[in-house]
Amino acid sequence: MQLDKAILELLEQNGKITNDEIATLLDIPEEEVQKLIEDLEQKGIIAGYQTVINWDKVEDEKVNAVIEVKITPQREVGFDAVAERIYRFPEVHSVLLMSGDYDLVVFLEGKTMKDVAQFVSSKLATMEHVLSTATHFVLKTYKKHGRILDDNETDRRLVISP
Amino acid sequence: MSNWQQYLNSTVRDMPPSGIRKFFNLAAEMDDVISLGVGEPDFVTPWHIREACVYSLERGYTTYTANQGLPALRQVISKYLIDSYNIEYNPKSELLITVGVSEALDLALRAIVEPGDEVLIPEPCFVSYMPCTTLAGGKAVPLNTSIENNFQVTAEMVERAVTPNTKILFLCNPNNPTGATISKDNLLAIAEVVKQHDLIVISDEIYDQLTYKDEHICFATLPGMKERTILLNGFSKAYAMTGWRVGYAASNPDFIAAMTKIHQYTMLCAPITAQMSAMEALKNGKIAMIKMVEQYNRRRKMVVNAFNEMGLDCFEPGGAFYAFPSIQKTGMSSEEFAEELLKETKVALIPGNAFGPSGQGYVRVSYATSLQDLTEAVKRIASFVKKR
Repeated sequence: MQLDKAILELLEQNGKITNDEIATLLDIPEEEVQKLIEDLEQKGIIAGYQTVINWDKVEDEKVNAVIEVKITPQREVGFDAVAERIYRFPEVHSVLLMSGDYDLVVFLEGKTMKDVAQFVSSKLATMEHVLSTATHFVLKTYKKHGRILDDNETDRRLVISP
Repeated sequence: MSNWQQYLNSTVRDMPPSGIRKFFNLAAEMDDVISLGVGEPDFVTPWHIREACVYSLERGYTTYTANQGLPALRQVISKYLIDSYNIEYNPKSELLITVGVSEALDLALRAIVEPGDEVLIPEPCFVSYMPCTTLAGGKAVPLNTSIENNFQVTAEMVERAVTPNTKILFLCNPNNPTGATISKDNLLAIAEVVKQHDLIVISDEIYDQLTYKDEHICFATLPGMKERTILLNGFSKAYAMTGWRVGYAASNPDFIAAMTKIHQYTMLCAPITAQMSAMEALKNGKIAMIKMVEQYNRRRKMVVNAFNEMGLDCFEPGGAFYAFPSIQKTGMSSEEFAEELLKETKVALIPGNAFGPSGQGYVRVSYATSLQDLTEAVKRIASFVKKR
């Protein structure tokens, strides 16, 4: 498990790291790395590989919104069934069950504000067991998945020092 | 035209410039150098420490502090030493906050060395041990370590070098530039010799948190060693705080009082901003520090393997963030190797003899560099070596 964790941390830091590099860093054979990663993928511990993108720098406009959703839990399935009806929509990025004032927080991505408004009013708010929604539009993303976007902290060290 | 050289103090005038200087100038002129020649972490000081620093300024902590340093910081250091090594120093009389370990080692030498006293310095060593000894009027006596015994200082080496004039033994554990850690058996045997010949030990343990194989042994914890040891440590390496310039010395009240005397007239006190930040580092910095150490450890394995695969013998360093491979197989001197490597591949590392003549035939490779740069640098070095 110690090794699994080390591999996961390395992959979380850099999804492009090769098996060979992981093998060198952890001082284990490359075949073992491959086997461990396959295992992790099979178990669904590694759910996928993605890239952190600063979309603000891309011409193509995107609108992101965070929506607080209050729902009525249902017998036997609790919040899960309603959550599933929401997260199955491809425009929904993330869905989290929260403690506190509302139940679900939904991260949504659309092309325009109208897209997002449309989704909320016609799909989300009208859904059975959804009591209320509060939509917040994202103005700017500073940090995403542990990465500071537009990080201006560069290596300021002297080239040579004792 | 007058020759101002003749007005200079002869000790200073005759002192050779640092071996690093020349190489620094060469590397500084080039663009896009991947540097493995840096003796400091590639991490920026963890944010919680920087944030605490800003807060201290906002609240107006901008004054002098007591010569010995903020009492609260000395308390925290005392607690750290108890928690880490079960060794107790009285924060009132046995601790002194300095402007980095560099100042502390200068103070220690100046407080103790009389003209003609001999100071034993295991080599290769940090660049200031020898010059500071000379400036203090002492005579530096090198103890040469080598790759054959994993750069270990041994009791026999110390014993062989001791004369009636020997007063101080320097220890740097873990070592800069070799990355070597001294084994417990060796330390115990050294302690015996130290006792027998009534020596004082200046123990530079700035890399104490950066050990990868065995737990660090604080020299002062060995039987009979606390009183005769001046323990030096700081925040630069473990908490990535090199530019803050803050360190400390721990020893018996007489030594600390003498060092404080020099410190109060030459430095007055360490900057309060740095002291406030050091306090935050010791109180809440452990998690960030452990994460950094974990990364160093991974890079360490990668670098050591890479050099051995190139056919350049590299022993496995147990601490710090340096590897010290032998380049003797290339038939080049350390300087030739470093210079040509720099010119040909734009990778900078430091010739081993910058750390004393016994470092000839080696180069110091700092793995305090991003994994990406390290991977690329190692690739370039490998192809450089292949061509020779």
